Amino acid sequence: MSTPETPHPLDESAIDHAVQQAVDAFAAARDLEELKAARLAHTGDKAPLVLANRQIGSLDKTEKAAAGKLLGGARGKMQKALAARTTVLEVEHAERILVEETVDVTAAHRRRPLGARHPLSVLQERVSDVFIAMGWEIAEGPEVESEWFNFDALNIAPDHPSREMQDTFFVEPPEAHLVLRTHTSPVQIRSLLTRELPVYVLCPGKTFRTDELDATHTPVFHQFEGLAVDKGLTMADLKGTLEHFARQMFGPDAAIRLRPSYFPFTEPSAELDVWHAQAKGGPRWVEWGGCGMMNPAVLRAAGVDPEEYTGFAFGMGIERTLMFRNGVPDMRDMIEGDIRFSQHFGMEV
Amino acid sequence: MRIPLSWIREYTQFPAEGTAEDLMAELVKVGLEEEDVHRPTDSLSGPIVVGEVLEKLPEPQSNGKTINWCQVRVVPEGTAQTLTHEGIDPSGVQGIVCGAHNFEVGDKVVVTLPGAVLPGDFRIAARKTYGHVSAGMIASVRELGIGEDHDGILVLSTLGLDPEPGTDAMELLGLYDSAAELNVTPDRGYAFSLRGIAREYSHATGTPFTDPAAEIKTAQDDDAARPGHEVTLTDDTPIYGVQGCSRFVTHKVTGINPAAPTPPWMAARLRLAGMRSISIAVDVSNYVMLELGQPNHCYDAAKLDGGIEVRRATAGEKLTTLDEKVRTLNPEDLVIADQSGPIGIAGVMGGARTEVDSTTSTVIVEAAHFDPISISRSKRRHKLPSEASKRFERGVDPLLPPLAAQRVVDLLVELAGGTDSGDVTDAGAPVLPEPIRLERTLPEKLTGVAYTQEQIRSTLEAIGAELHEDGEHLLVTPPSWRPDLTIPAALVEEIARLVGYDQIPSRLPVPPAGRGLTASQQRRRSVYAGMAAAGFTEVLSYPFYSEAANTRFGQAEDTGKPMPMLRLANPIASQHPALRTTVLPGLLEALRRNVSRGFIDVALFEAGSVFHPKSPLGSPSIPDLGVYPGEEVLAGLDAGIPDQPLHIAAALSGAEAAELPGVPGRRRDWADAVDAAQKVADLLRVELEVVQGRHQAFHPGRTAELRFNGERVGHAGELHPKVIEELDLPARTAVMELDLSALIHGAPEQISAEPISTFPPTTQDVSLIVAADLPAAALQATLVEGAGELLESIELFDVYSGEHIEAGQKSLAFALRFRAEDRTLTAEEASEARAGAVALAQQRHGAVQR
Repeated sequence: MSTPETPHPLDESAIDHAVQQAVDAFAAARDLEELKAARLAHTGDKAPLVLANRQIGSLDKTEKAAAGKLLGGARGKMQKALAARTTVLEVEHAERILVEETVDVTAAHRRRPLGARHPLSVLQERVSDVFIAMGWEIAEGPEVESEWFNFDALNIAPDHPSREMQDTFFVEPPEAHLVLRTHTSPVQIRSLLTRELPVYVLCPGKTFRTDELDATHTPVFHQFEGLAVDKGLTMADLKGTLEHFARQMFGPDAAIRLRPSYFPFTEPSAELDVWHAQAKGGPRWVEWGGCGMMNPAVLRAAGVDPEEYTGFAFGMGIERTLMFRNGVPDMRDMIEGDIRFSQHFGMEV
Repeated sequence: MRIPLSWIREYTQFPAEGTAEDLMAELVKVGLEEEDVHRPTDSLSGPIVVGEVLEKLPEPQSNGKTINWCQVRVVPEGTAQTLTHEGIDPSGVQGIVCGAHNFEVGDKVVVTLPGAVLPGDFRIAARKTYGHVSAGMIASVRELGIGEDHDGILVLSTLGLDPEPGTDAMELLGLYDSAAELNVTPDRGYAFSLRGIAREYSHATGTPFTDPAAEIKTAQDDDAARPGHEVTLTDDTPIYGVQGCSRFVTHKVTGINPAAPTPPWMAARLRLAGMRSISIAVDVSNYVMLELGQPNHCYDAAKLDGGIEVRRATAGEKLTTLDEKVRTLNPEDLVIADQSGPIGIAGVMGGARTEVDSTTSTVIVEAAHFDPISISRSKRRHKLPSEASKRFERGVDPLLPPLAAQRVVDLLVELAGGTDSGDVTDAGAPVLPEPIRLERTLPEKLTGVAYTQEQIRSTLEAIGAELHEDGEHLLVTPPSWRPDLTIPAALVEEIARLVGYDQIPSRLPVPPAGRGLTASQQRRRSVYAGMAAAGFTEVLSYPFYSEAANTRFGQAEDTGKPMPMLRLANPIASQHPALRTTVLPGLLEALRRNVSRGFIDVALFEAGSVFHPKSPLGSPSIPDLGVYPGEEVLAGLDAGIPDQPLHIAAALSGAEAAELPGVPGRRRDWADAVDAAQKVADLLRVELEVVQGRHQAFHPGRTAELRFNGERVGHAGELHPKVIEELDLPARTAVMELDLSALIHGAPEQISAEPISTFPPTTQDVSLIVAADLPAAALQATLVEGAGELLESIELFDVYSGEHIEAGQKSLAFALRFRAEDRTLTAEEASEARAGAVALAQQRHGAVQR
């Protein structure tokens, strides 16, 4: 590039020419780099107008003023053009960076994948919440339990066939009379013994029976049992409670049905069926659990006067509930700990 | 209990066209749950007819067998065949190849004609065999699905039958009948009979029924009874004060033909009820038990040695039971004995010595009433659940024995040609249910249904109770067959179920305002949810372990004592007899299962109870049934309950996230396990102290002992490589386990806010050279102490040893962040605090600034 001639500070057309050259150069700059070069060329130490400015000193006084005004105007025009071009190119630059930074968003992966609750645990919490919302409380008790709490307090006599209905794990030595609880009912007795009446408690938890693991049995499973003891409670209260609960679990169309049955700890006793509208293969009644009015012998064992108080109790299996509510086909899926089973549910059920 | 439909129709108005499903649908209303349907025609269909063998030509075969080429007439003589099917001969005579030889020309047999289907989807068609076209089959009982005998074909004369050829053999053999199987609850022993189910059907439908027991005429009725076999009842050691045998009836029948065939209708009903036909005497005995619910027994009178004695066994006494097993009796067993010793375990199983056999002529029929508990114990002791024990332990009508004995005798007279001797002994006396005082308002009080007095009376009368007015009460005497009715509430159930549970209204009770979840319940939820959100998947494993698993993964072996643990008396698997003292083995098994299914990058957690023994364990005795034991006894029971703290454990393997373009997956290591433990602590807002630890299951140099308030509460780190190899886990698998109960117990009840300073922080770094074995946590604690209150946080950001650092030393670099609550700190103030930290580190650990 040939060095442009330095214009005379009073040569207006030469100065205009230099300004025009600068403005053109700025306009021609395609990016901030080129603009910087153009800026140095036209406003740097060796730029024609800068050099012309230096010549002002050698002019006489009247000429100095005219030249100053002439060159000042020229500088102003140049700066304005430079600023305008800078703005344009900076915007362009910022936009280009954003374009260059484009990624394939579909390549995003789970940085720290979420874990999962076990659906049995989540269901247990869901059930608890329904009862807490009604004002009930959640009661708990030991899994290794005294035989008395597990059987005798519940009116299950040592030789009664019903004691065989539940094949029980005994803790060594059997003379210590400790068992792995076969149901969560001992918690009902503990609740009555330790709480002020009236009592409205839900007892969820782990229970044990000596069944081999197969598609529908497991030696370790979960139950929730409800107990209400108050003045004036009847089977109507039991039915109303179960109906409300069934709707929370199975939707507004859910209904329940009680069938006469037998349990040593309730009298009258009933089997509970629930109308499962979303059942695979069409709506149908599904056996859900057992219930009834507290047997007076059980109330007495827990220090409650059956003349003054009545109560109801019910119990269901969480595994069974999950199986028909959520379509789990095989009990083993709940036991094995395969992460796919729980992760399919995540934090919900 | 299986109910043949033809049988129930005898006593009820169950319609002729009704199915087993129809019967079950009615009975479920009164509490008899449906179990199954047994219907021979589901696997068997005709034409199956009676045939007369006209010709039987033996034809020896090259394979050594001889077959019979038979001509069998399957229509009445002189008539033509009306059935049409490919292979059915219009002449009414079928050519059939038969491999059996136990029949002769002229015998009546069962012919399955082409078009018939036998059990196992065996379709009958005319087919070529042994040079003939065999157009059907002469059937054995096994082929028909009505017996086990396969030695030959069924010759109808052996059943005492001589029907016309062409008769429908399925009708003849009772194969169109079906049975409903019902689940009978343990309180209702009477429902283990046609008699009981007929009554329940009447309750369910409101239609009348006939009580088969009422149809029986006993010898006593016409005063013709003569004293029978000598019987004595003794019981010196009654259980709970109840005599083992309250009533024992014998009834002699003479001159029976023990080989008399059991009529097909009886065999068919027994079969549908689930019992095999054995011999006329046994079949009659079983039939009467099914009909009335009274177990009974037939003795061969010729084999009895003198009078019968019902007593407890003596120690060491032996009895060979009907199943040919020698059983050593227990002094608590109630036995039937003659002068030579025991001839049966009462109510459980008879003895072989006095069994009725092919030579029997005179039979002593026994029908007795035994104590349910005594029978139940003997059954369990000898592992002999029988049809008899099932009924006795649930309670049998004490008025039945003479009726049942008479019924057996009547049937032996009718079907086996016997003679009723009229020799009857009726020892003891029936024990009948006590009257119950039923408050008239109780039914409404328990059910919420305002039953009318008429409803209460009529339902109780329908179940057979006798009623007497008693002011505000009804005095209700339950029927003899309902020993389960002992309390007023049980009568309420009878009223409620007969009127219908569907009549019970629905009402939502209103409890007092509740407190919601307890603090402990809330905290557990947030820990579990927090762990899941942090990437861990919850598993729920079994608490049954080998003793070795507990010893390896449980408490660290620094006590030098063997690991104490609880064991089960009756474990499912003998190799897993112990209750867990740690959650880790179950968790690691789940991890290994995931790995074997192709998932290497796994993070799991489990929370659950562990079990620790205590001394004394349990309680030597337990309080009585249905009685409040008092505070002291209850405290004693509680004192024996083992400690069962809640543990939480986590296991991690592989990488935190799978390797992806541009992002390498970070391998998990020991520090992830420590982090998992810290997460639990953070979720509970408690501080864990981490110190270098040792545990037999962990890598000796990569084990953190976790402490809370100075107590050890768990471990975290990398598993020992040996353990990893043995359990076939991914390399560097890391785990942690914490006593969650202890952490929850120590968690703050409520958290108070701390002031948030809005002044800017000042950050200064410090690098210190210290001895290589000084734990970073120890140096950090010193720096925190030395820096004073202005220090807001401290973070270890570099650990270095090597060039420029002397052997045996290391350099640790910390970022210190200072902030004041009330002013902007000057650099001098921050430097002063930093200097204080360094000075204390110098003094305490000989730390030198780098």
